[in-house]
Amino acid sequence: MGSLSTTLTILVEGEATGPIIFSREPLSFWGGFDSQTGEVIDRRHDLMGQPLTGKILVLPGSRGSSSGSGVLLEAIRNRTAPAAIITATPDHILALAAMLAQELYERTVPVAVATPEFFEWAASRSGLIITLAQDGSVKTDEELAGKAGI
Amino acid sequence: MLNLTEEDKAVLAGANGEAAQVAMRIVVKMGELFGAQELLSVSQAHIDSGIYQGQSGLDFVEMLLAKGARVAVPTSMNVVSLDLERWQHNSRVPQSYATPARRLAEAYLKMGAKPTFTCAPYQQKELTPAFGEQIAWAESNAVAFVNSVIGARTNKYGDFFDICLALTGRAPAYGLHLSENRRGQLLIRLKDIPQALLQADAFYQVLGYLVGRLSGNSIPVIEGIPASVTQDQLKALSAGAASSGTIALFHVIGVTPEAPSLEAAFGGNAPLETIEVDMTQLRQARQELSVNPDGSDQPDVIALGSPHFSLMECRQLAELTEGRKIAPGLEFFVATNRAVYHALEQSGLLAKLSAFGANVTQDTCVVVSPLIAPEAKLLMTNSAKYAYYAPGQLNMPVVFGTLAECVDSAVAGRLVRDDTLWEA
Repeated sequence: MGSLSTTLTILVEGEATGPIIFSREPLSFWGGFDSQTGEVIDRRHDLMGQPLTGKILVLPGSRGSSSGSGVLLEAIRNRTAPAAIITATPDHILALAAMLAQELYERTVPVAVATPEFFEWAASRSGLIITLAQDGSVKTDEELAGKAGI
Repeated sequence: MLNLTEEDKAVLAGANGEAAQVAMRIVVKMGELFGAQELLSVSQAHIDSGIYQGQSGLDFVEMLLAKGARVAVPTSMNVVSLDLERWQHNSRVPQSYATPARRLAEAYLKMGAKPTFTCAPYQQKELTPAFGEQIAWAESNAVAFVNSVIGARTNKYGDFFDICLALTGRAPAYGLHLSENRRGQLLIRLKDIPQALLQADAFYQVLGYLVGRLSGNSIPVIEGIPASVTQDQLKALSAGAASSGTIALFHVIGVTPEAPSLEAAFGGNAPLETIEVDMTQLRQARQELSVNPDGSDQPDVIALGSPHFSLMECRQLAELTEGRKIAPGLEFFVATNRAVYHALEQSGLLAKLSAFGANVTQDTCVVVSPLIAPEAKLLMTNSAKYAYYAPGQLNMPVVFGTLAECVDSAVAGRLVRDDTLWEA
């Protein structure tokens, strides 16, 4: 693995570290994610049953009802939300929830837009711990520790 | 780059108080996200965030209220999570749910929103904007109707953002606010549909569902609907299309105001695609609206009124139910708004519907309020929107039928269906 020299577009600022969880399927947070448990509950989704809490969620985006904003906001309140969300295209439903959390709880989930390179890089790296920085740069643990890429 | 006026900048700096400042901060950030060049003034707002979905929604509105929030433009309320005047009549609405749900609705009223609590605001004259007016509405069916049938201009705004728009009276200038984004893209041509079916209310429920499925992210233009189509039928078309699809605007040639002709509807461009809709597709769509895997023929809940029943629809129901009674053990819900409810009370229609066994509720509906018995097994409805959402949101099998079929089934206590209209 080479070091990753990509910078993501930040929609809602913040810093987060966690393991990547990746899907190629959009997820409707409304009806598809449980803000009490932090798990995916959409039976047709490939992440069904997986906890997202504390993970860096990489997926094409959300879909469906704008009530998804409320579900993510509730999850941020309950501390069951992902550590960060990185989507392939700008996702205003999730970004709105993150903005509201900033206003309300003075903490948030950073929301960023993936470059196509990053999206494909992340596709095969579920479980790898990365850090998304304020400026949109992404580093793996090894890079942060000052080691060269493998 | 989002260019703000001096006034926008002043609000952002706190000139209109802290709540407007928070709201403007969110409007500006979202405007940047949407790539808008500027903000535009809206003349009114319709708010969906009064549906109780958890503590955070209440935290948000009470934070705004504590900062002195007042709506900047006339603001109406969509349905909320309970019948605010009669929720105690239904034992299935627990106090633990009613307390925060009421607090949420009341918080919006304290900001100056009107207690309209309707998902069909466009059927009340004083809430309906004029052609071309820039507005900020939430609630998918209302957005589809007001854009398409009235020709006012709004995007499909969602929870929380809707109140930010109401508190500032400003919206990012993007999407359906702008003329160039309102042109038709997809032509849907009705082919060989019998006249009798074109007059039938149920046809527009089914067509709406089908149009939503066919359109993807495109703006559809429908050709072949008679000019005699009623407001309630266009309501059904809007609600069906906005449930099964993402539709916020459609055009109907010779009916809706931005579509006097094909050329006008497409803004002089050619359709990107043309789809013909015939009886085969309509019959298939009608079948898809029923999801009844066990094949039960015993509906125990009938639900009408999504979107909220109009006075006209209540009159039709009263005619069909005259002198009849629902079967024992069955429940019959009719959802409507306060304006219609009061008209029903005054005209004596409410007493007639109650004698039949109908439970008429205001302010809410069976999808957003726990009105239906948890042990209920099969829902029947004349609404494509209810039919679309029942399996997922209520976790119930559903059968779609006409208003007459719903009434006949309620009286018989088993499914009564009439396929004649669809066989031609």
